[in-house]
Amino acid sequence: MDIVEYIKLVFSDYTLRTITLGTAVLGGVTGMLGSFAVLRKQSLLGDAISHAALPGIAIAFLITGSKDTNVLLIGALISGLIGTLWIRGITTKTHLKSDTALGLILSVFFGFGMLLLTFIQKQPNANQAGLDKYLFGQAATLVESDVWLMSIVTGLCLIVLLLFWKEFKILLFDKDYAQTLGFNTKFIDLLITSFIVLAIVLGLQTVGVVLMSAMLLAPAAAARQWTNSLGLMVFLAAILGASAGVFGTAISSTQNNLSTGPVIVLVASVFVLFSFIFSPTRGLLFKQIRLIQNRNDLEFQKTLAFMYHIIEDHEDSSHPHAIKILNNFQGYSRKGLRQLVNKNYVTLHGNMWSLTPAGVKAATNMYNQNLKDE
Amino acid sequence: MSSAQLEIQIIASLVAIACAIPGTFLVLRKMAMISDAISHSILPGLVIGFFITQDLNSPLLILLAALTGVLTVVMVEKIQQTKLVKEDTAIGLVFPALFSIGVIMIAKYANDIHLDIDAVLLGELAFTPFDRIYYDGFDLGPKSMWVIGIILLITITLLLAFYKELKISTFDAGLATSLGFSPAIIHYGLMSVASVTTVGAFDAVGAILVVALMIAPAASAYLLTTNLTKMILLACFFGVFSAVAGYWAANYLDASIAGSIATMLGVVFLIVYLFAPSKGLFAVLYREKQQRIEVSLITFILHLKNHHEVKERHVHHLNEHINWQKIRSKTVLNLGLKNNLFTIQHGIVSLTEKGNEFTTRAIDYIITNEDSQIEDMKDDFFLFRG
Repeated sequence: MDIVEYIKLVFSDYTLRTITLGTAVLGGVTGMLGSFAVLRKQSLLGDAISHAALPGIAIAFLITGSKDTNVLLIGALISGLIGTLWIRGITTKTHLKSDTALGLILSVFFGFGMLLLTFIQKQPNANQAGLDKYLFGQAATLVESDVWLMSIVTGLCLIVLLLFWKEFKILLFDKDYAQTLGFNTKFIDLLITSFIVLAIVLGLQTVGVVLMSAMLLAPAAAARQWTNSLGLMVFLAAILGASAGVFGTAISSTQNNLSTGPVIVLVASVFVLFSFIFSPTRGLLFKQIRLIQNRNDLEFQKTLAFMYHIIEDHEDSSHPHAIKILNNFQGYSRKGLRQLVNKNYVTLHGNMWSLTPAGVKAATNMYNQNLKDE
Repeated sequence: MSSAQLEIQIIASLVAIACAIPGTFLVLRKMAMISDAISHSILPGLVIGFFITQDLNSPLLILLAALTGVLTVVMVEKIQQTKLVKEDTAIGLVFPALFSIGVIMIAKYANDIHLDIDAVLLGELAFTPFDRIYYDGFDLGPKSMWVIGIILLITITLLLAFYKELKISTFDAGLATSLGFSPAIIHYGLMSVASVTTVGAFDAVGAILVVALMIAPAASAYLLTTNLTKMILLACFFGVFSAVAGYWAANYLDASIAGSIATMLGVVFLIVYLFAPSKGLFAVLYREKQQRIEVSLITFILHLKNHHEVKERHVHHLNEHINWQKIRSKTVLNLGLKNNLFTIQHGIVSLTEKGNEFTTRAIDYIITNEDSQIEDMKDDFFLFRG
């Protein structure tokens, strides 16, 4: 299937269109909110919440006996929030650190959820089949109303973000300052956390419990590498998340037996890898290049400085010296020497070098600068 | 109780102990989430091992999976070293990616084998007694019991051999380095043990219960003691208790044993979290309330010391001037009276000699602002605490 054909299919085929739209919207909203999670150093909160939502789904089913997505999601939302609040309770009121609290809530809630799910399975006359799609996620089960729900939540989230933008920003970077300004930090905190929980709960159906945390983190971590501005980061993260959704769906739908969730996560991971390497200011590649440049620069200046020290004892600054002498000091590199010649600071005559007037000037300046810096 | 039931409980208890030991150190080293990462990311190792050997029982599978676990730790550290993201983000990026690779490999190439993802995540303790080892036709017991038993033996041996090193490098990495043993070796040793334990245990109990068994007992024990040896023993006790109690609860409810054990671990933690003598929620809240009242009392007697005029020392003045609620001022007054810091005559409060001395010292404390001094002073002067 070629690309044009695929794109045509996206517009004509109901299932494909729904899934593509759904994963795109989901990627967008998780990317947006994930930025806050990453910057607040709550990266693994998503993992914990997505696991903690499971008992809520089971309990909602046990109480109502319905498999209606909205009812189950409300259950998931409540139990996710309880998990989050308990995590906060553990970290603020005991000596246990946040990672312990996260791991504990994650595993215990999930275990409890499993207990309930298996309990439900053993119940007579319950049409429980399909509850376990929340474990691993099945994008194929998305229907139009789910996409609408996601879009509404995304819109709501956008409005709240825009309304409270200033508050969120201050809370992120300087909580104490936000408090002294009189903002209700607890409320803002709860607001953003609730939205993170909401986004995670929405994603459970599509990518499942285990992979939800990556959806939250990866776009944000990738976007972080390209910008230092919060607004731009949130925007980029949303775009990257949405693209991961679209591309992931496309790749998984063109192959047999490829589940959508993991593919989306892998696409998002590729984004992260790409950003880690190629981002211009923070990326590893350019950092390495800058490092090598600086090292060469240093070597170049070192050689020049040594030469200057040697000729300091001579009246005639252009008096030639053997290259070997440089070795008595901590050496020189061929490359550095060639650079010096190219800049016309040094002239080479066989194995002898001598500084040109331009070289002397540059060296004196460098020395002066050093003095000044001290 | 049938022999199969007994065997399940023994296996669960062995897993609980084998997890509690490395778990204690993970919790103390603030690396609890690493266990979650390892438990998920060993999946591709298992699948690749299966592709190579075509045998789900091959030891190579365990080896490869454990190696993937250590690889996860290394990858997390490498990403963290680039300083592009924080450690927790690094963890959150690595394990879902590896897990996704594992899931895709299973779905694509190994759809028809037993290695389905449900089993990987949840395990099935109930089936462990059926997978037995025979030697010369002689029944040696369930395979899981042997696997986890050997891992536990190795863990205990390593723990006893390197107890001192583990202890020092956990609490003071700098001291450990200066004493001449490398924290890096201890670190990777611990990670390897955690990784091997995860792999060995998850065949029986699944990935999530491994995480629960590593973190929850250690976290509960941490709230009860400050002694490392006691913490390890308590964690083992909580693990075994939850394993056995969880088994019977599952038996009663006819539900997942792993889920039931995890729930039991949660219940144990909840009880400890609420009622632990000095670090539990109620103890902490009580202490906070006590301190609030005592601080109020100190504020009040400082006010008394500053004012000799009768009007300023009237009881009603508390509510008007310092703006306290009625109940609060009553508590504060009672505490002061009980401790003989002041007397009240016709509604006028006056400091006693003891109160005077305490106030003078309290002012000294406020000026010099040395921490903890005020607590000592309270111990000296207060017969009753707030």
